[in-house]
Amino acid sequence: MMTLLNIDPSLVDWSRAQFALTAMYHWIFVPITLGILFIIAIMETRYVKTGDLEWKRITKFWMKLFGVNFAIGVATGIILEFEFGTNWSNYSWFVGDIFGAPLAIEGIMAFFLESTFIAIMFFGWNKVSKKMHLTATWLTALGANLSALWILVANGWMQYPVGMAFNPETARNEMLNFWDVFLSPVAVNKFLHTITSGYVVAAIFVIGVSSYFLLRKREVLLAKRSIIISGVFGLMAIFAVIFTGHGSAVQVAQKQPMKLAAMEGLYKGGESAELIGIGILNPKKDVNNQEKPFLFKIGFKGVLSYLINFDKNSFVAGVEDLVHGNPEFGILPAQERINRGKLAIHSLKEYKKALKHEDKTSANMHLKTFEKNFEHLGYGYLEKPEDIVPNVSLVFYSFHIMVIFGTFFVLVFAVFLWLSMTNKIDKLKWGKPLFILGIITIPMSFISSELGWVVAEVGRQPWVVQDLLTVSAGVTDISSASVQTTFWIFAFIFTALLIAEVSIMTRMIKTGPKTKEGGNK
Amino acid sequence: MINEISLLFFQQYWWLIVSVLGAALVFLLFVQGGQTLIYQIGKTETERNIIVNTLGRKWEFTFTTLVTFGGAFFASFPLFYSSSFGGAYWLWITILLAFTIQAVSYEFRSKPNNVLGKKTFEIMLFINGLFGTVLLGVVVGTLFNGVPFELDSLNRVSWHGLARGLEAILNLHNLSLGLTVFFLARILAILYFINSIEQIDILKRSKKHLIYNTIPFIVFFLSFVIYLLIKDGFAVDPTSGIVSMQSFKYLNNLLQMPVLIIIFVLGVVGVLYGILNSIFSKKIYDKGIWFAGIGTFLVVLTLFLIAGYNNTAFYPSLHNINDSLTIQNASSSLYTLKTMSIVSLLVPFVIAYIVFAWRLINKKKITEDEINDKNEHTY
Repeated sequence: MMTLLNIDPSLVDWSRAQFALTAMYHWIFVPITLGILFIIAIMETRYVKTGDLEWKRITKFWMKLFGVNFAIGVATGIILEFEFGTNWSNYSWFVGDIFGAPLAIEGIMAFFLESTFIAIMFFGWNKVSKKMHLTATWLTALGANLSALWILVANGWMQYPVGMAFNPETARNEMLNFWDVFLSPVAVNKFLHTITSGYVVAAIFVIGVSSYFLLRKREVLLAKRSIIISGVFGLMAIFAVIFTGHGSAVQVAQKQPMKLAAMEGLYKGGESAELIGIGILNPKKDVNNQEKPFLFKIGFKGVLSYLINFDKNSFVAGVEDLVHGNPEFGILPAQERINRGKLAIHSLKEYKKALKHEDKTSANMHLKTFEKNFEHLGYGYLEKPEDIVPNVSLVFYSFHIMVIFGTFFVLVFAVFLWLSMTNKIDKLKWGKPLFILGIITIPMSFISSELGWVVAEVGRQPWVVQDLLTVSAGVTDISSASVQTTFWIFAFIFTALLIAEVSIMTRMIKTGPKTKEGGNK
Repeated sequence: MINEISLLFFQQYWWLIVSVLGAALVFLLFVQGGQTLIYQIGKTETERNIIVNTLGRKWEFTFTTLVTFGGAFFASFPLFYSSSFGGAYWLWITILLAFTIQAVSYEFRSKPNNVLGKKTFEIMLFINGLFGTVLLGVVVGTLFNGVPFELDSLNRVSWHGLARGLEAILNLHNLSLGLTVFFLARILAILYFINSIEQIDILKRSKKHLIYNTIPFIVFFLSFVIYLLIKDGFAVDPTSGIVSMQSFKYLNNLLQMPVLIIIFVLGVVGVLYGILNSIFSKKIYDKGIWFAGIGTFLVVLTLFLIAGYNNTAFYPSLHNINDSLTIQNASSSLYTLKTMSIVSLLVPFVIAYIVFAWRLINKKKITEDEINDKNEHTY
């Protein structure tokens, strides 16, 4: 195990870069898929209930855009699933007994549901009854959202490993309780926060595209109806995002205090901790100097403490507390945890050696030492206490931009919904800037959604499994050059496909829906 | 003791599930096979559109089965997942890339403003068809011929091959299976065209190409099977777990599990019946895909089962024979296997709704009119 400490740091960086590249490309397409399927299903329900052919035309238009988006989401998704094996093989073994199950369940339960009924959704219009078609659309939406459930459960487990025990014989974690893994509060919050954020992105996409039609004074009925449905859907979703976002932050504070400290740029923790509204970090600040953390900030004292612990005088740990320790609040210095982690690694090695020589007494002794220090295992892979600090500025800015954008989206939904419901939206004198704003909100929603993942994943560095395995210990032993090569191949292919996708979609939107369906046009 | 028996039962159960998924995957590779025939069978733009659309309604099944196959392998035999994917890096990455470019090609191919052009997406479909089939066949070949990996005491993999897995192509036995899968996929695709397209020129050409592809298929299939039955195999001692070479191991596996001989023979007969009937029938015989498809499933199932059952190492290490993976040393814990087994009870439901949806979509044959109808969703 000690050899892993000598692993080429550029290999770790490139492997991370490749995974981040794939995940971020994948995440461009997934949120729309998650949300727009429900929006489409609601539209089709309206069609089936009212028999109004305009609804069918609207449904088919959004479905066509969805199809283009779906294919590329699938393409990036397959790489992501297998990259756990190709680039993180040590990790795959270390956690495979737990992590593999959600992936398999995802395949059996969700992917087949999605891919089977998607075929009826696209090709079944003239082959099955209206109700059967509608059922297929709803089942596709359900399948897509179930896929998200299982992979997010898996991700939640990496942030907060529960329901398992380490088996020293096999050198891996083994599952003890499936429900603890599935219903872990981190996983539940993560799932709800992530899918509802996908709904927000999809709703904004629909509003943005509808704004384009209103700007061009085309397809006004389609635009108004689409805005009403996605407005209601989006408004409900954004409130759920805020609620589950708070839930997630509470979980982060308990289970990954370093991530929370980075999100808030909180170096010195304390009671009545401050919530930063906006701020500019001091680039000279690091965990070992006395520089001020912020060049500029607007903060609210005690609010962070209150939001996390429902007590404005409560203690919230900062980066420095976690690195140097804070005995008053029972926080061990990272150096102490590193020493104990190294002891755990060493005793595991000695335990295996003793087993080989059939020396039971020695094996038992080492096993006891190992078990006593297991909770610090991952720290043993670190060299110095500062290694537990993620990139604070990246996490801080990502988090704050995400929150600011999210708050802005509440306003966007409310305004568009109100104007559509009162039937004023196509009669406005100041419509042009509003519609342009609607269009601009589309990229903003993508940015905030991606930033959410940056917070979650950069914020938990250096861990691939919180406190138990570092990224450098989880990586596949391969030449850095190989990973660099695949990184650039992926970057080239994904980018080319993205360009093609955007170009096709733009053209489709400009062309608009077909007029042949017999709708109200 | 009871726990040990129970663990072995679940290990065998999961090897069966993985084998079933693998067998279904090889059948569904007809989509890939068809992608290599677009220009050979489709001589006009409309004909090519018909072919692409015929395949395009099924690509998700193949894709999903591949993903589920990977997921199930990860969950049930994580040591295979970590050793093979991490070890044979370039082999798997090449396969993944071949599938990545497939998903979008159908959707983007004939859309206006697709930047790369129709031809590029057709080439991508061809690449997927060629590499997807040959390399997956090579991967299955390595289950019998081994790969050069090593595991340390904590089960971390290191690789001793020159090209991180791609060197497996140089083994002629692996390659013969790869080419078998390639020609079989093309045959199944042709049988599927005959089954679901109503366009006379396509049908005529399909029949001609069926003959062209059957000949190399039989040659490669026979070379693979004959060599498999006479070669030495990787046997595991059930008590000590020690792996050693044994003559005629895979032949012995068949003989010691006679039910597999029946399945295998039924499979071969099914494939040949489906093909020959389609070639020699005077009228259009459109049921060939079902005989050949089920036959393919049975043959591949047998291959997987003789690779893993009967004390055989299913992923042999050529570097250190005792690092070879067996269904016992590579599996998940009993608890995980049990939990997953409950989930696997859903499989019959999944199969049921797939069959239901398949029949709904295939009720009517695909015609030129449908493909040219602007109101239909077409690729």
